[in-house]
Amino acid sequence: MSAEAAGVGGVLEELMRGSLDHCVKCTICETQCPVSNVSPLFPGPKYAGPQSERYRVAGEPSVDHSVDYCSGCGICSMSCPQGVKIAEINSQARNKLKQQKGFPLRDRIITRPTWLGRAGGGPVAPLANLTIDFKPFRIIGEKVLKVHRDAPAPEFARRRFSRWFKDHPSPATGRRIVYFHGCGTEYYEPWEGEKVVAILEHNGFEVVVPKQDCCGLPLQSSGLFDDARKVVLRLARALVPYVRDDPNTIIVGNATSCTLMLKREAREILSLEDDPDLKLVSERTYDICELLLEMNDRGELKTDFKPVNEHIFYHAPCQQQGHWIGKPALELFALIPGLEVTEGNARCCGIAGTYGLKVEKYDIAMAVGADLFGQVRESGAAEVACDSETCRWQISHATGSKAVHPIDYLHRAYGL
Amino acid sequence: MRGELHYDAVVIGAGTAGLVAGVRLAEGGARVCVLSKGVGSTHLAPGTIDVLGYGPGRVSSPGAALEEFAAAHPEHPYALLGADAVAEAVRWFGECVAAGPLAGYRYVGGLEHNVLLPTAVGALRPSALVPETMAAGDASSALGHVCLVGTRALRDFHASLCASNLARAGVTARSVEVEIETDRADQNALGLSRQFDDPAWRAAFAARLALKLQADERVGLPAMLGIRDPHGVWSDLEHRLGRPVFEIPTLPPSVPGMRVYEILRSALRRAGGRLVLGAEVVSAERSGSRVVSVATRSAGHDARYAAPWFVLAAGGFGSGAIELDSRWATHERVFGLPLQGVPAVDQPRFVGDYLAEQPMARVGVAVDSQLRATGAENVLVAGAALPGAVPWREGSGEGIALASGSHAAQMVLAGAGAPAGAAA
Repeated sequence: MSAEAAGVGGVLEELMRGSLDHCVKCTICETQCPVSNVSPLFPGPKYAGPQSERYRVAGEPSVDHSVDYCSGCGICSMSCPQGVKIAEINSQARNKLKQQKGFPLRDRIITRPTWLGRAGGGPVAPLANLTIDFKPFRIIGEKVLKVHRDAPAPEFARRRFSRWFKDHPSPATGRRIVYFHGCGTEYYEPWEGEKVVAILEHNGFEVVVPKQDCCGLPLQSSGLFDDARKVVLRLARALVPYVRDDPNTIIVGNATSCTLMLKREAREILSLEDDPDLKLVSERTYDICELLLEMNDRGELKTDFKPVNEHIFYHAPCQQQGHWIGKPALELFALIPGLEVTEGNARCCGIAGTYGLKVEKYDIAMAVGADLFGQVRESGAAEVACDSETCRWQISHATGSKAVHPIDYLHRAYGL
Repeated sequence: MRGELHYDAVVIGAGTAGLVAGVRLAEGGARVCVLSKGVGSTHLAPGTIDVLGYGPGRVSSPGAALEEFAAAHPEHPYALLGADAVAEAVRWFGECVAAGPLAGYRYVGGLEHNVLLPTAVGALRPSALVPETMAAGDASSALGHVCLVGTRALRDFHASLCASNLARAGVTARSVEVEIETDRADQNALGLSRQFDDPAWRAAFAARLALKLQADERVGLPAMLGIRDPHGVWSDLEHRLGRPVFEIPTLPPSVPGMRVYEILRSALRRAGGRLVLGAEVVSAERSGSRVVSVATRSAGHDARYAAPWFVLAAGGFGSGAIELDSRWATHERVFGLPLQGVPAVDQPRFVGDYLAEQPMARVGVAVDSQLRATGAENVLVAGAALPGAVPWREGSGEGIALASGSHAAQMVLAGAGAPAGAAA
């Protein structure tokens, strides 16, 4: 499907573009943009978005190349008091710009976590991890692939999450829930998935893990829209049979940027509003903390929490904020006795998925995150909690602090 | 079907009125959630607490003038709230700032006396309670010699314009320019405020500026003296320059306004309240004359928030919470509540003199004497959504926001007038 598709998707894209007329130039988005506040290479969401968009004409060369420096974090759209779809306008402009300029080989590789995971994960993980840590190899990677030599690279796990789950019988309680684990859990942090499963089972769910693949977000954020559409629709087709015939079954994920892709970004940015499978999956998908908070509100969450006497720092990543549900992790932390939480108020860690891996953007990403890294260090907290894996890797890379998903503390408090 | 979240009160809007209502509800022990479509008006306002500047003549003591003003404007929020409520709310705000996350930063003044602060174009503007960083610019008594400091790096402030207009107002003022190295042509006050937060950078700036000053001058700078540590930046500059230094509010983005947002946001969080941004209210469920829940747009689906009380602090025409549509009909866009002050169909909507009072200026959500919305008994209205005021002409916006936000919180906490069955 092309970006100029007719139907609901095409109309939606036009409406989104039309929202630029609501811009009153108040500059609130410019106070919030993580990138333009540290780098002159990106003049800011207002300039690159509603202002430049007026000069972008179909079939003509892009007037503004700076939009490639937008990291796609989405903070501008969330902050806009007038409802201008700034980030979405910029994403589509970036896609058109890159179609004209061409896509570097790098963008076709690092946006494919499944390829990377299959190549480096599992039994070959120790060897693959050696090459990741091996500086000369990283320098060659920088020269050839334009992936920054110091960019945070997670270690491949020796065992994939899905392999673990195969040997894990989830108790048949009849309260079925579909777990979308995402690539980060599958190839790099399978233990996060094991904890999600344990928490869900502790709360009476029977966990189902369909065979699944990438959500397409890395491709989308690098402007590879056609590939991203194929990938996200493949995922939607894999998940939809589990929810189609049962109105009570929902999908839950711990990779907050990937659940956001399924819920909103694929529909809005990739103009896939027409796809009924994606729509159903989108409506049924929950972020794990969002789900647990709702369950707590209904009195359905088990609260047999033992004290966790620790001081942690919490950073709500941009993509978590993009769910427009506030910060449910903070409400969950408040249920755990003894847990002291310092909430950061920095906007972004800088990584934005794959943005901070790119050689021309690494320094910007580190500058974006500097505020957060300083707050982490000053807090004196033992660990950092953060809902997104790429953000955790970036935070650990920059601060040396261990960073985990918020559900780790629930897991500990349950004594699972 | 998604579940919903339950609170003691849901506040709609994260400008000053909404945040104040949220903080005071949370501090009073209520479970509160503040929903906002985006970041609120704080980032656009000068950060001063204007209570009553003109009534219509310039007011020198807002505390003394409030009662007479209220009596003359029976539909004004001040008439409904009363002077004591305004004074209490302003006092509370000062304490909230002092207890806030910006170490040492505080507001000075009060209702006894309006200060007169220079604007970016050199007009003098009355205000009751102002950041300490602005206080030395008070021209309500003799100011002595003033040197306005501009920089080419900031295109939003022109020191020579400010100085010449101040001179016309009787202030002995001149201007100087200080070079600030910047890597961008579109630098704003926020970007520069981060540089001022850096002690080494600040010291070098002060050294360059000191060379241009004359012995007895006080110094006025655009409001960019730090976003993380404004008290530290300002007192350090006063110390290094050996003279009073004051900030002058700039065009948006407003650094002092962002400090207010951070102070109130932090107080809300500290008191256990929630803030959800990006959460535009798209529908409301009603039961008779009560609002039961609101639905906000969230990713993939709508999220629902249920509460026995709602505080509507979404603003007026400026924020888009009240609209005049292309058929010249007015609407309140959150709950569809009846409005008050709308000119009759055959009456003019606008007058030719742009700066005169416009016929639409006093439009707001119709309320009873307790600021409850007409037709929705558990919706309390606060801030710019209220009818009967022209804040930009009266210099009353923050006073109304603080007092009405506080009032809404107190109404909920007291359960006052709660119909049977409404748990507070």
